[in-house]
Amino acid sequence: MREIDVALVRDAVKEMCIKANCCLNADVYGAIKKAQAEECSDVGKNILSQLIENADLAAAKMKPICQDTGMAVVFMDIGQDVHFTGGSLSDAVNEGVRLGYKEGYLRKSVVSDPLLRVNTGDNTPAVIHYNIAEGDKVHIEIAPKGFGSENMSRIYMLKPSDGVEGVKNAVLDCIEKAGPNPCPPMIVGVGIGGNFELCAELAKRALLRPVGSHSDKEHIRQIEDELLERANRLGIGPQGLGGNTTVLGLNIETYATHIAGLPLAVNISCHVTRHSECTV
Amino acid sequence: MKIDITTPITREKARSLKAGDIVSITGVIYTARDAAHKRMLENLQNGIPLPVDLTDNTIYFAGPAPAKPGEPIGSVGPTTSYRMDAYSPKTIELGLTCMIGKGARSSAVIDAMKKYGAVYIGAVGGAGALLSECVKKCEVVAYEDLGSEAIHRLEVENFPGIVIIDSEGNNLYDTEPPKYRK
Ligand code: SF4
Repeated sequence: MREIDVALVRDAVKEMCIKANCCLNADVYGAIKKAQAEECSDVGKNILSQLIENADLAAAKMKPICQDTGMAVVFMDIGQDVHFTGGSLSDAVNEGVRLGYKEGYLRKSVVSDPLLRVNTGDNTPAVIHYNIAEGDKVHIEIAPKGFGSENMSRIYMLKPSDGVEGVKNAVLDCIEKAGPNPCPPMIVGVGIGGNFELCAELAKRALLRPVGSHSDKEHIRQIEDELLERANRLGIGPQGLGGNTTVLGLNIETYATHIAGLPLAVNISCHVTRHSECTV
Repeated sequence: MKIDITTPITREKARSLKAGDIVSITGVIYTARDAAHKRMLENLQNGIPLPVDLTDNTIYFAGPAPAKPGEPIGSVGPTTSYRMDAYSPKTIELGLTCMIGKGARSSAVIDAMKKYGAVYIGAVGGAGALLSECVKKCEVVAYEDLGSEAIHRLEVENFPGIVIIDSEGNNLYDTEPPKYRK
């Protein structure tokens, strides 16, 4: 049994909130640069140059890349041989978010009740996913997620007879309907299988994988490649103003499902797809 | 065509701008997003006047990040405009001539733009750090309790945008993507 003081988790969460929001990860940055070189529309090329300039400026000044610094989504893989000390783990995570959003001059975008809509003033609570793993370490990933793109995400409860074509059509339909709203170029996370809530979580987890990475399942890898290629033929382009850069990356995660179902979730994200991770 | 615009923007000036024009805006603009629009129009129904006269004014659909010490404002890019579609026909009727945002608008908004003479300008979504460099001064003028969603008065210099929907209803989101569809 290894003891971990929750203060360590709090401090890690705080640092990661600031870093994720100000420093665009190398995978996304590289994908924008590559797209800028290959974009065929002049307006689109110019927009992609501005995104590169924006990311450079944000990192240099430690300012948020985008003003929508999102809801903090926290994934924790906790080794089963870990014992937390020093108080509540969830409180420590939220305290880390509170400190990070305050000290990092990040926007407070959370309301305490979806209908009463009063801002909590400190961007808490976070959305926290706990997972039990083997070992005595804690792996923490933070993915602040803006809602311009979150609002364009969808769940489809497909039938087994819809098959792989049904999945492909639904993903492309979701991207096309999102159009200019989620600040294209987008990054798309797809979850297939599980049940109603798990497919959504898989789609979110797919966004944690680096842009340009691939599923280790060959049949899924093929679908990732095909959908990315077809999405970039939709013509939406940077900011929806036309071009061949609509989606920078498309990752799929899968899970077993029921004989009667083919759940599918598409989590649309933007060119400011952020994540930061560490192991305590 | 690249056009320098100085606010306020008259109806006549708004009507002269065409979809596809690259613009650079200098002058005073106001931020307002979901909560500020809701409150403005609810107040109006109850006979409470608007905190800002909208005549010939520009609303930037945006909620800035907090300013760091010594800077006028934090990152401030556009938010998705369709969430203001329920309110924009009314604000246009009340005199608004220019909206800055990102993403599609409803036919009701476009009808009001045509009827009264107003323009919809796109700023690059997600370029909040870069766009904040164009803001020289920022002060909260109403609804301070809304935090980032309060109405901010911004003085901007050479704020870059592109006319997406003009007062004749021409719309780049409809005309441009099909050209690149394969
Ligand atoms: S969709 Fe992404 S880039 Fe656009 S405003 Fe939201 S967080 Fe920022």
